[in-house]
Amino acid sequence: MDIIVCVKRVPDTETRIRFSDGATAIEPEGVKYILSPYDEFALEAALRASEASEGGQVTVMTLGEEDSQETLRAALAAGADAAVLLSAQGSVTMDGLATAKALASELKNRKEQLVLFGVKAGDDDQQQVGPMVATLLERPCASNVVSFEMGEGVIRCDRAVEGGTEVVEMDLPAIVTLTKGAFELRYASLKGIMAAKKKPLEVKDADLAQARLTVERLDYPPERAQGRIVGEGVEAVPELVRLLRDEAKVL
Amino acid sequence: MGDVLAIAEQRDGRIRPVANEVVTVAASVAEGFGGTAHAVLLGGAGVGEHAGDLGGFGAEVVHVGEDPALEGHLPETHAAVIAEVVRSHGYTVVLFGATALGKDLAPRVAARIDAPLASDVTRVETEGDRVVGVRPIYGGKALARVGFEASPAVLSLRPNAFGTNGSQAAGRIEPFTPTIPEGVRTRIVDFQAAQSGSVDVDEASVIVSGGRGMKGAEHWSLLEDLRGALGPGTALGASRAVVDAGWRPHGEQVGQTGKTVAPRLYFAVGISGAIQHLAGMRTSQTIVAINKDPDAPIFAVADYGIVGDAFDVLPGLTAEIAALRAEG
Ligand SMILES: Cc1cc2nc3c(=O)[nH]c(=O)nc-3n(C[C@H](O)[C@H](O)[C@H](O)COP(=O)(O)OP(=O)(O)OC[C@H]3O[C@@H](n4cnc5c(N)ncnc54)[C@H](O)[C@@H]3O)c2cc1C
Ligand SMILES: Nc1ncnc2c1ncn2[C@@H]1O[C@H](COP(=O)(O)O)[C@@H](O)[C@H]1O
Repeated sequence: MDIIVCVKRVPDTETRIRFSDGATAIEPEGVKYILSPYDEFALEAALRASEASEGGQVTVMTLGEEDSQETLRAALAAGADAAVLLSAQGSVTMDGLATAKALASELKNRKEQLVLFGVKAGDDDQQQVGPMVATLLERPCASNVVSFEMGEGVIRCDRAVEGGTEVVEMDLPAIVTLTKGAFELRYASLKGIMAAKKKPLEVKDADLAQARLTVERLDYPPERAQGRIVGEGVEAVPELVRLLRDEAKVL
Repeated sequence: MGDVLAIAEQRDGRIRPVANEVVTVAASVAEGFGGTAHAVLLGGAGVGEHAGDLGGFGAEVVHVGEDPALEGHLPETHAAVIAEVVRSHGYTVVLFGATALGKDLAPRVAARIDAPLASDVTRVETEGDRVVGVRPIYGGKALARVGFEASPAVLSLRPNAFGTNGSQAAGRIEPFTPTIPEGVRTRIVDFQAAQSGSVDVDEASVIVSGGRGMKGAEHWSLLEDLRGALGPGTALGASRAVVDAGWRPHGEQVGQTGKTVAPRLYFAVGISGAIQHLAGMRTSQTIVAINKDPDAPIFAVADYGIVGDAFDVLPGLTAEIAALRAEG
C-alpha cells in the first residue's frame, strides 16, 4: 500500500533560539535544522507498514522553501522512496490552516489511501495540521496514534488518550497523526545516503494562502526567579516542606 | 456583538475542572469586548444536569446538546455539532481547553468554520476589539504574541495556566437538538484503561516526575507513595530516558516529545533537566528538584532544591507531607 508522510523542517531541539527586540521571527544564522521529531516517528511507521505489506511506496511531502530539500533528502536516505516539495511563495507561517489548505489541495489529487502526520511540529507546536487536512478532505482522522494495523479497506489504530489506550477503526482513505511509538528509529546508512541522491524529488509550486494568524512579537520567556538549594539530604526535608507551605503556598 | 464561546469538556457526564477555567477566560474576554460569554456542553442524556454551574464562572448562557451519539468522544461528530453552534450564533472568539480531547477537537472545528487556531495558549488579552494570545514555541524557548486577521478567532488554553474565578451565579440553560452528521467513518472499537483512578499528567495540579536517577521501574513505589501523600489531583510524570527504558508508559512523558504541563507544583526527582525536559515543564508554578548532583541543570529552573540521594530523601519527604496533610 502506498503511504504519504507530511514532514516539516524545524530547528534542532538543542539549538539556541535568538531573535532581536521586536522581531517576529528567529534569526536563522547558526540554527541547525532537522526533520521534526514526531515526523520521524510517522516516517518510521510508514516504512514499517510498507515493509509489512511487501511493496508500496512511501512518499514524503513538505510545504517549505528551497532549503527543505535537504530535509526531504534525509527522509529519502532513511528509506522513503520519493519526495515532493511544495514550494511556498512567501513563507510558511504558524497559521496551520493555511498550511493545511496548501497540503490538502495537493493531497486531494493523489491516490494514497493513507496520509501520515506528526502529532505536532517541533517549532510551532500547533498540533493542528493533520486533523485540519482531514477535515478539509472530509476523511476520517485518528490523532496521537502509537501504532496501527492495516485491514481490508480499513485501518485500526491504537491512540494514546487520557486514561489509557483507545482502539479506533477507520475506513480508508484516512489520516493518522503519530506520537512516539514503541519502536526504535532507523538511521540512514551510508548506502541509504548514496541511494537518496538518485531517488525522485519533485518540486511544485504550492498555493499558500495569506496567513490569518500572525505573530506580532517574540519574547524570551521570563527567567525563573533564582531558586535556592534548601539543603542536603533528608535533613533538608522539614525546611522544604515549610517553604512549600508558607512561602510558595502550594501545599 | 463580541460574544465568546467556551467549549466545556465533560468526561463520563461530569464537567471537568478545565471547563471552569475555559469559561473563566471566556468571561474575561467577553468583558473586554462588552459582550457575553456562552458555553456549550455536549454529551449523552442527562449531561446538562449540572450545566448551570458553569454560570458560576461567568457563562451567561449554556447551550446543552444531548444525544446518544455525543456520549462517546467521536471527534468528527462533536466537531460538526460545535461548528454548527458557532455558526448559528456568530461568536467572535471560540475557546477550548488544550487537553488531549481539546487538542484533537479544536483543529477540526477551526477547519470547519474556516478560522485560524492558536493552540496551547498561556495568556489571553483583549486590545480594543481584538483578542491577542501568547503561546510558547520552540519548546518554550520563545513566546509568540499572536493576533488574528479573521473572525472568529479560535484558541485552545493550556490547562492550569489561567485559574478560575467563581461566583454564585447560575447560567441560563438553553437546550438544543444537535444535528448528528451521518456517515462517520470512525469507530471506537476498544478502550484499555491504564491505571484506574489516576489523574492525567496534562491536567494534574501536582506532578511527581521521576528520571533515570530512580534507577529502575521497581523503585517507582517511592514516587507513588509521594503521590499518595500529596492527595488527589496528583499525577506521575517521567523523563524520556525513563520512557525509552520502558520503565514508564509514554503517556507520562513530560517534555518536548511528551506532555507540556503547568501544574501548581512539580517535583523533578533524579531528572537532570535537559532542555527537552524543561520544554515540557518550565511554566509550572513551583518547581522542586531532588538530585544528587549539585550542578544538575534542573536546579537552574527549580524554585527549591535538595541535593541528595532520592532513595534517602523520598521516604522522609513523603512522611513529612503526609503528616502535614493529616494535621489538616
Ligand atoms: C529530539 C529530542 C526530544 C526529546 N524529548 C524529550 C522529552 O520530551 N522529555 C524528556 O525528558 N527528555 C527528552 N529528550 C531527552 C533529553 O535530552 C534527556 O536525554 C532526558 O531528559 C534525560 O532524562 P533524565 O534526566 O531522566 O536522565 P539523565 O540525564 O541521565 O539524568 C539523571 C539524573 O539523575 C541524577 N541522579 C542519579 N542518581 C540519583 C539518585 N540516587 N538520587 C538523585 N538523583 C540521582 C543524576 O545526577 C542526573 O542528573 C529528548 C531528546 C531529543 C534529542
Ligand atoms: N509545512 C509543512 N509541510 C508539511 N507538513 C507539515 C508542515 N507543517 C506541519 N506539517 C505536518 O503537520 C504536523 C503537525 O504540525 P503542527 O500542526 O504545526 O504542530 C507536523 O508534524 C507535520 O507532519
